Amino acid sequence: MAAESQSTVGYIQHHLTNLTYGKLPAGYERLDSEGHVHEVLAADTWTLAHSGQEAADMGFMAIHVDSMLWSIGLGFLFLLFFARIAKRAHSGIPRGAQNAVEMVIGFIDQTVKDGFHHKNAMIAPMALTIFMWIFLMNAMDLVPVDWIPQLAALISGDPHFYFKVVPTTDPNITLGMGFTIFGLMVYFTIAKKGFMGFVKELTLHPFHHPKWYVNVFLVPINFALEAISWISKPISLGLRLFGNMYAGEMIFILIATMFGAGLILGLFAGVLQWAWAVFHILVITLQAFVFMVLTIVYMATAHQIEEEDQFH
Amino acid sequence: MNINLTLIGQSITFLFFVWFCHAFVWGYIRKAMEEREKQIADGLDAADRAGRDLELAQEKAAKQLREAKAEAASIIDAANKRANQIIDEAKESARTEGDRLKAAAQAEVEQEMNRAKEALRSQVAKLALAGAEKVLEASIDESVHKDMVDKLAAGL
Repeated sequence: MAAESQSTVGYIQHHLTNLTYGKLPAGYERLDSEGHVHEVLAADTWTLAHSGQEAADMGFMAIHVDSMLWSIGLGFLFLLFFARIAKRAHSGIPRGAQNAVEMVIGFIDQTVKDGFHHKNAMIAPMALTIFMWIFLMNAMDLVPVDWIPQLAALISGDPHFYFKVVPTTDPNITLGMGFTIFGLMVYFTIAKKGFMGFVKELTLHPFHHPKWYVNVFLVPINFALEAISWISKPISLGLRLFGNMYAGEMIFILIATMFGAGLILGLFAGVLQWAWAVFHILVITLQAFVFMVLTIVYMATAHQIEEEDQFH
Repeated sequence: MNINLTLIGQSITFLFFVWFCHAFVWGYIRKAMEEREKQIADGLDAADRAGRDLELAQEKAAKQLREAKAEAASIIDAANKRANQIIDEAKESARTEGDRLKAAAQAEVEQEMNRAKEALRSQVAKLALAGAEKVLEASIDESVHKDMVDKLAAGL
């Protein structure tokens, strides 16, 4: 167990640090595990971070290799599997995998039809992608927390190798999706209502007065309110998923620290982990579903044209 | 938990996956599902139609049966009437024929009788004449008279 060789705090921190590849600035002092200066960089260097501090010091110019790897890998797993089924899909009696895939797609299609009444062929595939992809990323949470990181450490030969396997516990991943959806919302709003329509939506809501000289004073208030409501959407979308998964992961890690504390506690931890995993099956599915439904709702709002006129 | 390029990486990956899903997954599977839905709907429709057709055919058959029965009954009725009529007619014609025959026979009998009477009358006259001749010619022999009178009688 990793807990034997590290302190509990170290163990937890290790589990919460991503494998980060990024740029360290010139003159950066790299520390070794004892805290001594081990190397001073002569020039800007792209390298793997050796500690959480280094990862933090890399700033924005860094990438979480493990998050991206698992995110892309799981996405491809889902898409290639579905594409394989799609290629052979026939209208006869569906069997086996096709049946399962059709069940998921039928469910998504129904959800999209219930929430999105406009013409846009991209929304349903997007909902499917979001649901399945987030579900799979969340499902990595169910793999016992030490298995894959230990395996990665073994393969890399570095016992302190950072390797987080649940991409959705990385806010970059969840906020990345949230802001992409935000971007699509802005794009569809402008595409549907024109740039002026978008501006009007931001400035003439929720307060409106027929006299223009009153409106002039209402515009800044409206803009402030609308800006907050717009910005809060992607952030809440991303942070909800991140928070749920991070908290779940944290509990798995805490339970895992008990494995090193003797047979009785170890057995108890095993039972706890099993129970939490069972509960988590619900959470991962629910979070994927919530993310998808909210995306559909936001997309529907972006396509809503009549809303403007209903107030007059 | 640093915000960094991963955000943009995930964003690009997300867009790519949505495109991929749109291009290679969603359409094909939905097409298969819609085709199947259509097939099922068509099948149910056809079954419905067949049921309705069957009902209609049964109704038609029942109606035809009813009509045939009514027709048969009316035919039997007419036949009975006609038979009675024929019998009545036959009776009538038989009665008139009988009457006619009877009348003809009576007329013939009468005629015959008249003829016989006529003949008798003529013969009686002749006999009376002959008898008177004999009476006048012969003696008043009783036996002879008797004979003569017998002969006269026999000649009647």
